[in-house]
Order: sequence, then structure tokens, then C-alpha cells
Amino acid sequence: MSFEEIKELINRQFPVAILSEDLTATPNTLEISKDFILSVCQLLYEHDKTYFDSLSCLTGLDNGPEINTMEVIYHLYSIPYDLHLALKVILKRERPEIESVASIWKTADWHEREAYDLLGITFRNHPDLRRILLPADWEGHPLKKDYVEPEFYHGMKVDY
Amino acid sequence: MTSQLTASEPLKYSESNLRTEEMIINIGPQHPATHGVLRLEVVTDGELVVDVVPHLGYLHRCFEKHAEALAYNQIIPYTDRMDYVAAMNNEWAFVMGVEKMLGIDQDIPKRIEYIRVLVSELNRIASHFVALGTYGLDIGAFTPFLWMMRDREHILRMLEWVSGARMLYNYIWVGGLFYDLPVGFEEQTKAFVTYLKPKLKEVETILVSNKIFVERTANVGILDRDLAINYGITGPILRGSGLRFDLRKVDGYSVYPELNFEVPVGEGFQGTVGDCWDRTWVRYRECWESVRIIEQCIEKLLADHKRTREFNPQALVPKKIRPKAQDLYVRAENPKGELGFFFRANGRADQPFRCKARGPSFSNLSVLPEISKNCMLGDLFAIVGSLDFVMGEVDR
Repeated sequence: MSFEEIKELINRQFPVAILSEDLTATPNTLEISKDFILSVCQLLYEHDKTYFDSLSCLTGLDNGPEINTMEVIYHLYSIPYDLHLALKVILKRERPEIESVASIWKTADWHEREAYDLLGITFRNHPDLRRILLPADWEGHPLKKDYVEPEFYHGMKVDY
Repeated sequence: MTSQLTASEPLKYSESNLRTEEMIINIGPQHPATHGVLRLEVVTDGELVVDVVPHLGYLHRCFEKHAEALAYNQIIPYTDRMDYVAAMNNEWAFVMGVEKMLGIDQDIPKRIEYIRVLVSELNRIASHFVALGTYGLDIGAFTPFLWMMRDREHILRMLEWVSGARMLYNYIWVGGLFYDLPVGFEEQTKAFVTYLKPKLKEVETILVSNKIFVERTANVGILDRDLAINYGITGPILRGSGLRFDLRKVDGYSVYPELNFEVPVGEGFQGTVGDCWDRTWVRYRECWESVRIIEQCIEKLLADHKRTREFNPQALVPKKIRPKAQDLYVRAENPKGELGFFFRANGRADQPFRCKARGPSFSNLSVLPEISKNCMLGDLFAIVGSLDFVMGEVDR
């Protein structure tokens, strides 16, 4: 299936899900409305012509306070058909929240925890949303563009 | 000081959600069998493992934040420190991504590509030797560990000869290499391969087909193929579960399509497909395949792509790396699986706007709670060892 056919397939099922496309990206990227991400992923996972059985990577991204958005990018790969596809969801920077896809791909479990940990994106219906890399009592989310390093940790001065 | 003492990384389980017969055992972060600073919270019922909760992050240094502040060529040493037993493969994957963004990935001379394959496959053997050796150590075989560390040291010395560093090389650069191979390296590698082959056979005798080893690993930690794919497992573990999936074949990047090698998979010779023994078997067979690739590379480097006085491995290295605005995901087959890098370049900066590393160890480790449910406590370490993760890459 080509990129156009995949787009067509999503459009037929969810006519308003695709917001834009990015053909300069490798692999080609579709921007999905945040309310549809779980259903679109479910469709791509289950459809017997796409069968995206693996989620290669899940990336959280902060566009900074000026643009005031955050993004979650999903890199899907279909092992039987050798297909690549990336999905992108743009979220508001205040209280970014999105549906978890961990129910489809277990890979998403830890990757979403990482995005939550480093960027503060909340994934609804995630099985176990805790910090994963940083200590549980860490303040702030380091990958935000306006993150300021704390001066103290547990009352100890941190030298940089 | 009146501040309260609270744990920075609290346990997931507590008295309130444990049954009477259950007990929490904390293993790590400083424990030789956890291969680095991994901490496991193990809930046991007698000798049975009820649940395992991995606690990560003891080696976290936020590579991705550092990457946003550094020029592309300055990030390469940081990628070395992710999977530090296979640094060549890491930096190659990273460099490949940057070259694709710049659009120079098709212009790299063949000699450079062959040298990259050569050093990466040498490093793959070194990485598998660490995996096999320490795995034997975990479950009671001490001698193979010493033998394999000895043979790995030969590889490290050769890579030191090439790059100047024993483990963290910074040898593969965007657009080329730090330096051409030293004079005599090809001959030395040939001699090394001749030395290595009988030693590899010894490894099979003393470790892989050893009766005690087989009994400790066969039918333990069975990982189903579909479950493995769902967890994003790649590399020898996925192949151990019976799927012939190798990015060197599937994506055919670099000069791999010109090289002749097989992709070994687990077939359940000693137990069930996808058990700990199959994973070990796949790693062991891959050492042989790497040897084959190395021999072919040496042949090519001595004949078709000989060293010449004019050859400059830095000829294509760009003075300034500023890719066009784009998103790019690149992946490569590392000893441990699919290493992916996601880049976002905004076209205005020499640094990536976002650089995410998808380490194979991270996803591979996430399956541990699933496959160690209801196993014996002693088998838990057979499973942990067979997953062959490096914490430098899990925590990044």
C-alpha cells in the first residue's frame, strides 16, 4: 500500500481525522487530530492491507513557548508488508493530554512513560503512568524548551 | 535537619497490595547479575516470581537534552556512550541519519562504506562476546567469560589501533571517517580471523552446548514471536523467537546487499522456540556470520577498494552541518537490535531541534516482567542475562 492509499483508507473511515501531511519527512508523515489517534492506530494495526504490527518509536517533542505546542510522533512499521508511516499529533502546551496507544502496542508503555517523564505529556488510560528515567520526586520536565535546571536537589547544591 | 527521608524511587508494591505469602526482594542497582545499574523490585511467593518491576534511570544523563545543545558532529561521542560495548554501531546509525538529512548518503565512497562495515562487524563480535561471556558468568560458567574477554580484548586493541580509543571511538564521522585504516590492518585482521575461528568452536563446546548451560536455559523465559513484535523487540531476541528479521537484509543499507551472509534464527534445538537458549544460539551463530562478513570486507579492501595515496576519508566531511528543515527517522541493526534516531531539523540551526534515540535495549528490557512471571527466582537471572541489555542505552 502506498502512502496515498493509506491516506485514502483513513479518510474513508474517519473523514476528519487527517489534518495535514508532510511529504518532506522520512517516512512520510500524517498529522492526525488528537481525538482520533487511538482509532486511527487501531485501524492501521488491524487492517489486513496495512497491518502495522510494530511501533518502532514514539517521540514527544516541545516546540517551545512561542509556538506554544507540543507534539507526539509515532513511527509505525509493518513487518509483513515492509511499510513505514509516521503519525503526528499536535497538542496544546498547557496540560498536554492524549489517549495512550499502549493497549495496541506494548512498546508504547515505556515510551509513553518516557514522554510523560521528560515532557509532561499525560497519556490517558495508560496502564502505569509513572516517571521512568528521572526520580519520582524530580520537579519539572527537562526536555521542555524553557526548562530551568534546579539549583538544589534534596537540599544539596548542584554545581554545573 | 528536619527534612523527611523519602525514597526518590519508591517501590510500586507495598504492604497494602501484597498477599500474606508474598514478599518483595529488591535486587540492584548495584548487583553483578543485573548487568549495570538496573534495579529490580521482585515480588516473590516462596521461590516463584509473581511480578518484576524494573526501576530505571540510575545512569540517566538526558542525552536528548545534550543533543539539542550540540552540533551534529559533536553528538557522535555521546552516542558512543549509549551502548558502550558496541560504540561503532551506535555512531554509524547516527551518522547515517545525518548523512541522509544532508542528502550525501549515496555519495560516500565504497572504501569508506566497507571500512564502516568492517569495524562495525568487529564490534558486533565484541558485543556478542560480552553478552555470551557474562551470561555464562550469571549462571555459573566462569571459564568461558575469561576466554571471551581475552578474545574480545584482541578486537578492542585492533579498534584502538584504528581509532585511538579502546571502547568509545568517535571514528565514523558524518561524510567519512576520522582516518583511513592503519597500514597493515587488513593483514592483521586476517590473522585475527584465523585465530578466532577455533576459539569460536571452543565457545560452542564449553558454553553453548554444555549440558549444564542447556539445562539452565532451554525452556526458560519463552518469548512468543507475536508478543515480541508487540513489545517492539528487535535483534537477536526477536530472531531467537523465530522471525527472520534483520535490518541489514530488510533495509539493505550501506554495502550489506553486496555481502553474503545468513540470518540465523532460533529453531528450538534444545527446547522451545524463543527460549533463553535460542537467543544465545542466535548470538553465537551471528559471530560466525560476522566473521564471514569481515573476511569479505578484507578481500574487497585489498582488491577493488585498495588504499591509495590520494584517498582521503575526510574528503566529504562537511565543514558545517546544517540540514534542511525536516523530520527523519533512521534505523540500523545494532548487536542488540534496532537502533533508531529521530531527528527534527529546523533548517536554521547547526544543532538538531529534537534528537530522540530509540535504543534496542530499552524496548528489549520492557518485556522482562511479561516473560518472567511465574518463573523460579533462579531462572530470573537466566532471563535477565539472555535479554542482553546495556544500561547506558536503556537510561541514555
